[in-house]
Amino acid sequence: MSRIVVDVMPKPEILDPQGKAIAGALPRIGLTGFAGVRQGKRFELTVDGDVTEEILEQARHAAATLLSNPVIEDVTRVEVLEEDAQ
Amino acid sequence: MTISNNETPLIGGPQPVASNNEDSPLNGVKVGVVTFPGSLDDRDAVRAVRLAGGSAVHLWHGDHSLQDVDAVIIPGGFSYGDYLRAGAISRFAPLMEQITAAASGGADALPVLGICNGFQVLTEAHLLPGSMIKNNDLHFICRDQRLRVENADTFWTSEYAQGEELVIPLKNQDGQFVADNYTLDELEGEGRVVFRYVDGNPNGSRRDIAGISNAAGNVVGLMPHPEHAVEAGFGPDSSARGEVEVRGGTDGLGIFTSVLKKLVG
Repeated sequence: MSRIVVDVMPKPEILDPQGKAIAGALPRIGLTGFAGVRQGKRFELTVDGDVTEEILEQARHAAATLLSNPVIEDVTRVEVLEEDAQ
Repeated sequence: MTISNNETPLIGGPQPVASNNEDSPLNGVKVGVVTFPGSLDDRDAVRAVRLAGGSAVHLWHGDHSLQDVDAVIIPGGFSYGDYLRAGAISRFAPLMEQITAAASGGADALPVLGICNGFQVLTEAHLLPGSMIKNNDLHFICRDQRLRVENADTFWTSEYAQGEELVIPLKNQDGQFVADNYTLDELEGEGRVVFRYVDGNPNGSRRDIAGISNAAGNVVGLMPHPEHAVEAGFGPDSSARGEVEVRGGTDGLGIFTSVLKKLVG
């Protein structure tokens, strides 16, 4: 079993209301060292066996078409999880 | 399946509108209403079509046929639980392929209206530009909202006057319309901003935009709910046309009569 990780983040120019709310909550638990928070999504695509270049290409396609909306989000990472590689 | 006018009695008794008249040419117009898993307002949209005098047809997202309908409404709700992004999974439903193809067909293109979650589906399907993110204040907003009709030339707004205002319910969490400035300028320049929020922007939507259309004007999406303001006794407590009785607002009905009359010609 292998896993491909896809990270999706809101575009920098798009306001992130959820990240803003989290940033507002941090000082309430005494953590004042953070200037801001942005919240994204992480997907793990599980593959039986090894990840071939073809499967990785499918993951990139999935990331661009279904897992993210290019109007508001950027795909920031599509890669095989190294800890799975033995 | 075409809904007969007698299938479900319309609550509230006889309607002031000239609806459900078997002799009316509007009755021959078939408007499909799509149901996805998690759609909530499909029945309300069906009722709105009937109250406007048209015939409503239930469409199922997993089907491959549009059943020869003359127009389609993608209703509000939480299709697929808003999982991933609102509308993101519904976009790939078999029926959406048919709708996307039919709605992109030039002069004879299928009129499509997306309400709330339906608007989100239309942006995810790239039938309309931009996208929706969470409301600025992260609250689920439910209130009667005043809008201005900025374009009365679309299939879905022709019964209104340019600049006319209406009050209809707004209820959503992911209602903040966003697009890049180039797209926003293009929408403004081509008259494709169809509805704008009046008396305050409820959710941070860019340029107070509440609804837009595609370039041809057959596809319109808006976040507020016209189908909840079509029947006296079950609408908002206010109307842009002046004082109304409690729940007497019916400002949304014109959306549905617009498409019926446009299609009858």
